[in-house]
Amino acid sequence: MASRPRSRTGPRTTGSPGTHEPPVLDVDALLDDPGTGIVVCTGSGGVGKTTTSAALALRAAERGRKVVVLTIDPARRLAQSMGIEELDNTPRPVQGVDTAAGGRLDAMMLDMKRTFDEVVLSQATPEKARQILENPFYVALSSSFAGTQEYMAMEKLGQIHRAAQADGSYDLIVVDTPPSRSALDFLDAPERLSSFLDGRFIRLLLAPARGPARMMTAGLSLVTGALTKVLGAQVLRDMQTFVTAFDTLFGGFRARAEKTFALLQNERTAFVVVAAPEPDALREAAYFVDRLSEDAMPLAGLVVNRASPSPTGALSADEAMAAASRLRDADPSSLTAGLLRLHADRSRLVEREARLRSRFTAAHPDVATTVVPALAGDVHDLEGLRQVGALLAGG
Amino acid sequence: MSTRKQEFGARAPSAAASAWSHVRLHVVTGKGGTGKSTVAAALALALASHGRNVLLCEVEGRQGIARMFDVDPLPYEERRIASGLPRADGLPGHVHALHIDPESALMEYLAMYYKLGRAGRALDRFGVIEFATTIAPGVRDVLLTGKVFEAVQRNSRNKGATRYDAVVLDAPPTGRIAQFLNVNGELAGLAKVGPIKSQADTVMTLFRSPRTLVHLVTVLEEMPVQETADGIAELRSVGLPIGGVVVNMVRPRDLAAADLAAARAGTLDRARVAADLESVGVAHDPALLDGLLAEAADHAERRALEDAQREVVQGLGVPIFELAREPAGIDLGSLYDLAAELREGGLG
Ligand SMILES: Nc1ncnc2c1ncn2[C@@H]1O[C@H](COP(=O)(O)OP(=O)(O)OP(=O)(O)O)[C@@H](O)[C@H]1O
Ligand SMILES: Nc1ncnc2c1ncn2[C@@H]1O[C@H](COP(=O)(O)OP(=O)(O)OP(=O)(O)O)[C@@H](O)[C@H]1O
Ligand SMILES: [Mg+2]
Ligand SMILES: [Mg+2]
Repeated sequence: MASRPRSRTGPRTTGSPGTHEPPVLDVDALLDDPGTGIVVCTGSGGVGKTTTSAALALRAAERGRKVVVLTIDPARRLAQSMGIEELDNTPRPVQGVDTAAGGRLDAMMLDMKRTFDEVVLSQATPEKARQILENPFYVALSSSFAGTQEYMAMEKLGQIHRAAQADGSYDLIVVDTPPSRSALDFLDAPERLSSFLDGRFIRLLLAPARGPARMMTAGLSLVTGALTKVLGAQVLRDMQTFVTAFDTLFGGFRARAEKTFALLQNERTAFVVVAAPEPDALREAAYFVDRLSEDAMPLAGLVVNRASPSPTGALSADEAMAAASRLRDADPSSLTAGLLRLHADRSRLVEREARLRSRFTAAHPDVATTVVPALAGDVHDLEGLRQVGALLAGG
Repeated sequence: MSTRKQEFGARAPSAAASAWSHVRLHVVTGKGGTGKSTVAAALALALASHGRNVLLCEVEGRQGIARMFDVDPLPYEERRIASGLPRADGLPGHVHALHIDPESALMEYLAMYYKLGRAGRALDRFGVIEFATTIAPGVRDVLLTGKVFEAVQRNSRNKGATRYDAVVLDAPPTGRIAQFLNVNGELAGLAKVGPIKSQADTVMTLFRSPRTLVHLVTVLEEMPVQETADGIAELRSVGLPIGGVVVNMVRPRDLAAADLAAARAGTLDRARVAADLESVGVAHDPALLDGLLAEAADHAERRALEDAQREVVQGLGVPIFELAREPAGIDLGSLYDLAAELREGGLG
């Protein structure tokens, strides 16, 4: 499945050489293409992944596709307006979607621990499952291990995908990704989790159970001695119980993670990388774009979200500031001075954002991009999502 | 943006803030991306005057400090990285930085408190260090907070180390902060006895004392403010001392209240604006006028949202410090500007 990463964006409007104008990400072409089966929205924390996934899903549904969106930690009001504030870990129909074009929209909010528990329950005997679910190490692993949320998002995606394949319930799955410092976490998590579960120490704890490992036992008693000294004996016992009980599940976990990873490399998948026009977010986006191409994963393009709307009129920031200070000399509370300063502020922001974006484009000239201006208010209902959807599609 | 300073931090320093001079540990948390690292750095600069030594710590493995201060990535080692913001008497202090990672902290802890010798190296070789610092519940946080504690409360075991007048911690985000600082409670189910437990107890005593303050950074948007309110409630419920709420990236207040209302209603006096522009020789056309009025309407709508959120913040019953949004972004120079704003507000 080593299809090359490509831009699945319909006709490209390539900028003239020398300018840093990226090709345009044609969102409607992406959503309408029956060949698009999965859209994954990634990006660093707070940039608008959840908003973008919900907006894309709604737009696709209203353009006629049978869509399910898997959201992670949506803002409370957004969750309410989509009817998914209940965490029951299954997709529910969203009310108020325009189904005239024949599409529909289901939505769900990921419950990470529950997803993990369900995997354990499906893989182990009831007796063993109970042992695992109660173990403090499992509780920590399933609720706070860095990467578990990403891993479970992938697991849930795999489940929904299999179900949709079986019964044709959906033809498009839109996936939000967890709030993490780095978008790379999403791709690294399954590997992190399986390599952790496959780590030296776990193998060591299992060694007596797994047969001939006599030369390790000298090391082991040193280690257990030291651990007992620092952590106490109870901790060590809990650890051992956990690892032993979990042993039979490791293989299953790894196999599932590999399957989902392959699904992400499938050419029916499209990654949408979301960034704010900020240095950190764009740097993360750049890392992520590079990583997608290394891992042969299909990139659709970049969404620059919450961009400052361009000011109108040909007045530069400096001119505006100079005029404002003259007006203020005459009248300290001058309205016009205030307007000019706002204008200067916005011009500077827009200039800075343009500079940051062109830096990204210089290094990644082929990445199709769409820019979504910041709305004046939060996005917390279907109307807001429609508006963002329209902006994503270039209008 | 120093021209605007008078519009922000100009309130009298709050009474609460002036009672904070004995605080040794400032913990800075907040929703992701609201400016925790920026505020922590500015606070460290603000506290470092009069020859005081301030340590700025990060624990999330991001090398944010190095980036902000434009220095090489930090090792697990204290480094002097900047002069503090001087006071009127001109005497600055120093900001030092430390990047704490749990693996190094565990190795150091073992070396400092146990003579494990060969066993210590075996721990690493067998992947125990990795195991303990990634999965063993709470252990990671015990190690990170333990090192912060050690820096606040230096004792003779750490020979030759700098004694700091204050430590500023760029902490995990609001959603994890109570769990992070409440290491004792978190451990209760696990290490019920033993050295890790007694270490956790000592650390908790400092964290719950008046020598510690937890500040929360927010921006005036719904989700971060909600998270701040939840965070304060949670911190209070576990007995951790709340400092201030730092409201970051506040929009400039260039329009008077009446003008804001008019801007929202679309009733700003266009002719007056045109006349004003002419009076200072700015060539204008309908497009520029439309643009200015539309920008004003946008701004007014955001300000209204901000004001609504500010009221929520004010209802939290915690001292508030506002920091202006720097339109050109944050560089080392603007960190000092933010430090000055914090100090004017009475923090630092
Ligand atoms: N174009 C936009 N204009 C205005 N507000 C926006 C826009 N996009 C997103 N927002 C707002 O920004 C906030 C953060 O967005 P969102 O929750 O989608 O980000 P996220 O990337 O999912 O964050 P996290 O990493 O925390 O999951 C929300 O309050 C949302 O309403
Ligand atoms: N007052 C401000 N004016 C303008 N930009 C700011 C301001 N404060 C912070 N920023 C910028 O906002 C971005 C986020 O800030 P910062 O990294 O400090 O947040 P954080 O809460 O530490 O984020 P994270 O959760 O990722 O650790 C940075 O690009 C920073 O330069
Ligand atoms: Mg989100
Ligand atoms: Mg930070």
